[in-house]
Amino acid sequence: MKSSLKLALGLTSAITASTAVSNVAHAEDLTLCWAAWDPANALVELSKDFTKETGIGMKFEFVPWTNYADRFLNELNSHGKLCDLIIGDSQWIGGAAENGHYVKLNDFFDKEKISMDDFVPATVVGYSEWPKNTPNYWALPAMGDVVGWTYRKDWFSKPELQKEFKEKYGWDLGPPTTFDQLKQVAEFFQKREIDGKTVYGASIYTERGSEGITMGAMDVLYSYGFQYENPKKPYEMEGFVNSDKSVKGLEFYKALYDCCTPPGASNSYMGEGVDAFKSGQVAMHMNFAFTWPGLQKDENVGGDKIGYFVNPKGPDGEQFAQLGGQGISVVSYSDKQESALKYIKWFANKDVQAKWWSLGGYSCLNAVVKDPAFPASQPYAQTFLDSMAVVKDFWAEPSYAPLLQASQKRFHDYVVAGQGSAKDALDGLVKDWTQVFEDDGKM
Amino acid sequence: MLNRTAENVARATPEPLARKVRGISDKGLAWLFISPTILLLLAINIFPLFWAIYLSFTNYRANRPNEVVKNLGLANYQRILGDKDIWIAMQTTAHFVFWTILLQTLIGFTLAWLIDRKFRSHAFWTTLILVPMMLSPAVVGNFWRFLYEPQIGLFAYAISFVTRIPPTDIQMLSNVSLAPWSIVIVDTWMWTPYVMLICLAGLRSIPEYIYEAAEVDRASNWRQFWSITLPMALPFIMLAVLFRGIENFKMFDMVNLLTGGGPGSTTEVASITLKRQAFESWRTGYSSAFAIILFVAVFGLANIYVKALNKVKQR
Repeated sequence: MKSSLKLALGLTSAITASTAVSNVAHAEDLTLCWAAWDPANALVELSKDFTKETGIGMKFEFVPWTNYADRFLNELNSHGKLCDLIIGDSQWIGGAAENGHYVKLNDFFDKEKISMDDFVPATVVGYSEWPKNTPNYWALPAMGDVVGWTYRKDWFSKPELQKEFKEKYGWDLGPPTTFDQLKQVAEFFQKREIDGKTVYGASIYTERGSEGITMGAMDVLYSYGFQYENPKKPYEMEGFVNSDKSVKGLEFYKALYDCCTPPGASNSYMGEGVDAFKSGQVAMHMNFAFTWPGLQKDENVGGDKIGYFVNPKGPDGEQFAQLGGQGISVVSYSDKQESALKYIKWFANKDVQAKWWSLGGYSCLNAVVKDPAFPASQPYAQTFLDSMAVVKDFWAEPSYAPLLQASQKRFHDYVVAGQGSAKDALDGLVKDWTQVFEDDGKM
Repeated sequence: MLNRTAENVARATPEPLARKVRGISDKGLAWLFISPTILLLLAINIFPLFWAIYLSFTNYRANRPNEVVKNLGLANYQRILGDKDIWIAMQTTAHFVFWTILLQTLIGFTLAWLIDRKFRSHAFWTTLILVPMMLSPAVVGNFWRFLYEPQIGLFAYAISFVTRIPPTDIQMLSNVSLAPWSIVIVDTWMWTPYVMLICLAGLRSIPEYIYEAAEVDRASNWRQFWSITLPMALPFIMLAVLFRGIENFKMFDMVNLLTGGGPGSTTEVASITLKRQAFESWRTGYSSAFAIILFVAVFGLANIYVKALNKVKQR
């Protein structure tokens, strides 16, 4: 009786102790919040090394892009403790810094000898700094991204199509370098029969709900000469946002939508674009670079069938591309900030960044992207580098959300619904953005 | 007999408990029972309403909790009432409410009238007609989005079969002229059975002897319909219109799933505008003012309507 009592007590103690130990280990787990997409899966794989090295477990909270901003901005605004680390969108940085959602990383970077000079400059400005172009850092550049284009190399190389194209337009069918060329190529493929199937010119961003049409239209507007404000007088937008060049750019985007997109593509963003390209519907496809590793591996359209090109030049030879991507930040409401900072330190390491690129993430570390072997490391690597050299980003002000909603409405009303003129849309946009900055007391 | 049973139960009640219950008056007991419900109502209905009214006079933004909240007086209300886009959203809502109610009432009443004939297997058809109403709006929205798809959707192919227009040209959700009707069609498909059910209840409540008396007076079927069926079912039809009107005035899910308010702002009903202002632009004070305006509008219209309904019932 006594021995069985001892055994029972022993077992109970062992179970209690093991539960306590596992609870302690569990308490150290970090939760990283991001969007649910391919690079997130690569990060899960990568983070296993962090757990191996430090013993700190990693949990992940990934939310689809359509709900990503709503979900995590709500979490930050309510001072929630769900996320210890967050990979937040580049436009959030102003609001997150001013509202105290992110931990300022300057002291930590100094202590750990992490230098922002080691990262691609555009990503530091885009993902880490607030106010912009000042050495105040709120994130470590984590996932470089930029809008570029993919095209069907196999269709472009068909001799009969090349011949017909040359006769019609007078230049060799190939990846376009100007927007005029892009429209000609798109028109050429629109409603063409290829391999017994009707195909279309291009898939472009037209989504209304979150940020789609703005990210797409801006790619054209930047290269046409659009500027957010007077470079000499901040927040002065009249004549810059609605300049003649901007009007021409927006007219071009509408013309591209009207002539050369697949039927029903009136609410298309990243997912819809990938679907259109993967299903062999379109000859060209505008999308963020994060989609390229997946497309490259695709059995039907990847491998030798796919090519990549940088966002084309505007009529005056200017060339810009919309910046995407995000930095990784420590949430100031987290109780595990020390462990979270350990993760940032580990993530900034060169070997980790090199592995990040090999797994499908886009490293922003100079040592990785400026390595002589980098351009040949993937078929899209050179296009990524060239695109990152010409990036521009949307407002990153604390009021980015109403600024974005205004452009979404104005662009969609004109481009997709055909209401009013491009000039009306951009004049309206100046009015809306002025109202937002007046409400903020900045004008 | 009943009194005797009650006395027996009272006698069987333990003395301490009986004393306690005896200490509370009937009114006190009534308050005791309804107080949890009242507290719940105060917490989840009344308090948020008054809080929203307070916020509607401020510049508060939920995404900037650290910012000083300023009292703006009636500025939010003035800005909303002078905003062209808000009025366009209200017109879109009115268009949607008018056409859905008109179609649902006409089709719903006709179906109810036919079902009321009690033909063979009418119970089976009633159940079948009710199916769309039982589905979740999220399912219906996604399901119709695929049906409307111009390249693979069955709807486009069906219309193409009849009209000979290529299916890829039938862009129900992308075309500015067709998009509002695409939502009206889905809402009518889903909620006509609901109107039918209420109308059927109205038709079944008409006493048989009235028709028998009309037969004796040799009234024609047409005359019976106009003089008996329609007037006596009218309060029920009006009730269905009230329910659907209130529901469709605040319609959000179906529009959000089908068009998201697009193309452009063609299908942007008031609730979509409100959601964008509140949860995408984070203008909490402004959107509270808009919510209050919508609340007053629905409440006012519903009150006027209910008075009219009572008059019809008293006739």
